[in-house]
Amino acid sequence: MKVQLTRLAHARSGDKGDTANVGLIALRDDFYPVLAREVTSARVKEHFRGICKGQVERFELPNLGALNFLLHQSLGGGGTLSLMTDAQGKTFSTALLRMQIDIDEEEANRLGLTTH
Amino acid sequence: MKETVRIAAGQGFWGDLPSAPVRQVHDGPIDYLMLDYLAEVTMSIMQKQKARDAKAGYARDFVALMKEILPACVARDIKVVANAGGVNVRGCAVAVAEVAYELGLMGKLKIGIVTGDDILDRLDDFLSRGLELRNMDTGEPLHTVRDRIQSANAYLGAAPIVEALGKGAQVVITGRATDTGLTLGPLIHEFGWATDDWDKLAAGTIAGHIIECGAQCSGGNCQYDWQSIPDLANVGFPIAEASADGTFVITKHENTGGRVNVPSIKEQLVYEMGDPREYITPDCVADFTTIQLAEAGPDRVRVSGIKGGPATDSLKVSISYSAGYKAVGTLVYSWPDAYQKAQAADTILRARLQRMGLRFDQVLTEYVGANATHGPLAGEPPADVAEVQLRVGVRGNDRAAIEQFTKEIAPLILTGPPGVTGFAGGRPKVEEVVAYWPALIPKNQITANVKFLNV
Repeated sequence: MKVQLTRLAHARSGDKGDTANVGLIALRDDFYPVLAREVTSARVKEHFRGICKGQVERFELPNLGALNFLLHQSLGGGGTLSLMTDAQGKTFSTALLRMQIDIDEEEANRLGLTTH
Repeated sequence: MKETVRIAAGQGFWGDLPSAPVRQVHDGPIDYLMLDYLAEVTMSIMQKQKARDAKAGYARDFVALMKEILPACVARDIKVVANAGGVNVRGCAVAVAEVAYELGLMGKLKIGIVTGDDILDRLDDFLSRGLELRNMDTGEPLHTVRDRIQSANAYLGAAPIVEALGKGAQVVITGRATDTGLTLGPLIHEFGWATDDWDKLAAGTIAGHIIECGAQCSGGNCQYDWQSIPDLANVGFPIAEASADGTFVITKHENTGGRVNVPSIKEQLVYEMGDPREYITPDCVADFTTIQLAEAGPDRVRVSGIKGGPATDSLKVSISYSAGYKAVGTLVYSWPDAYQKAQAADTILRARLQRMGLRFDQVLTEYVGANATHGPLAGEPPADVAEVQLRVGVRGNDRAAIEQFTKEIAPLILTGPPGVTGFAGGRPKVEEVVAYWPALIPKNQITANVKFLNV
């Protein structure tokens, strides 16, 4: 079944120059392995196509149940050079939470995701 | 030695909630008030202010704040550490001293002045000695923008703050110091941590990172269960309650709004994060993958387990340079066909700019209400969307071309698609773009100076 990341995680994003960072944090400890398995750099790069023009790097923080993504060349030059409304990448967090991932029925049941 | 030291954050940036530092002083017990005023481009603004008036070039808000809270800080021995000095640290200290004099605090106040960060006058010397100060993001050497540089500052760490506190300063004013050093400095001073006790230095650094953005760790901008966060109108700014062993609790004053819990702290920890194993400061390299968080009562989160490593032999340098001009124009289109009308207006505008032969380095069109934040991820707006704001920005080196662009927005009202409004602000303003150039410099090139002003 398809599950949107809003049901599994919360997030915060920020900027460093032309790079946006998105920290994706599991809402429950047992959601973290699912995020770590499904939300790969390649998936994130594909999700942000047309927005992220550079590479996506991923770092794991199992101690916080979190993944950190660096989305290079994403902020129209970054800082004061950028013409974007969101030159600081503040809303990249919620943009990532739009992602849908596939979870098989058994795991979804075990994680209590089949009931709303 | 105190068992715990309470460091309160009063400002997350220059322009943060004015009442926050006042409330941190008056609403409960604290030992230190920490104030971060300097964003990356702030230094260039201050450099311009100083060029016009030799007495300016620092955060004037800080002086007004001192007038309000200095008597209480002196009476209760609350120390203040702030990077409010900008490019005129001494001028800032003199202004605070004048305020203290007016308040009748003669003989009761020693102000520590930390300088040595400002390297604007030393750049040519560095370049002539082969220090290229390459841009950390693009790899370009600094000489490519040399004639356009407006400010240049090295980020100082905790050491000069520790020295100032050690010699009895009640208020420590710095220029470009790291946000985290403003918290770590007091902890080193209080607990006598060794300069190579990397785990403790990393702990103090992470404490600083958590509270440096003010209420962003105590309920502000918090996604987790945001609708249930109580009384943000009365939000409490964070306090780090640190122990000598390098553990600490993040909390806030009682009877304030907002929320401190594990999710609110996690959100702030990942904010502006790079490689979590290598959070590099002048003082140490902190490892965020070692942080352990636990709820420790209402609005209290215990932080422990932090490991760190040796500091690098470089300091980060923040350079600002003039990078052309920009302007942003907006108009609002209403139902029906709001999105289509805004798109048609953009097409017309671009055709006119082209016919005029205007060239820009960048032209960006966004549709606020449709896709300005999430871009293509937002999909098409609903067909009956009530309104869409057309937002067009241009940037380039030719000021005259940007000026001409600003004259082309309002005419769209009478010469473009119907149902348009939102132009009451008049022509868009042309802004000078001051860009940021991050670089590294060997530590041995920079010497911090600590001086004092006795009131």
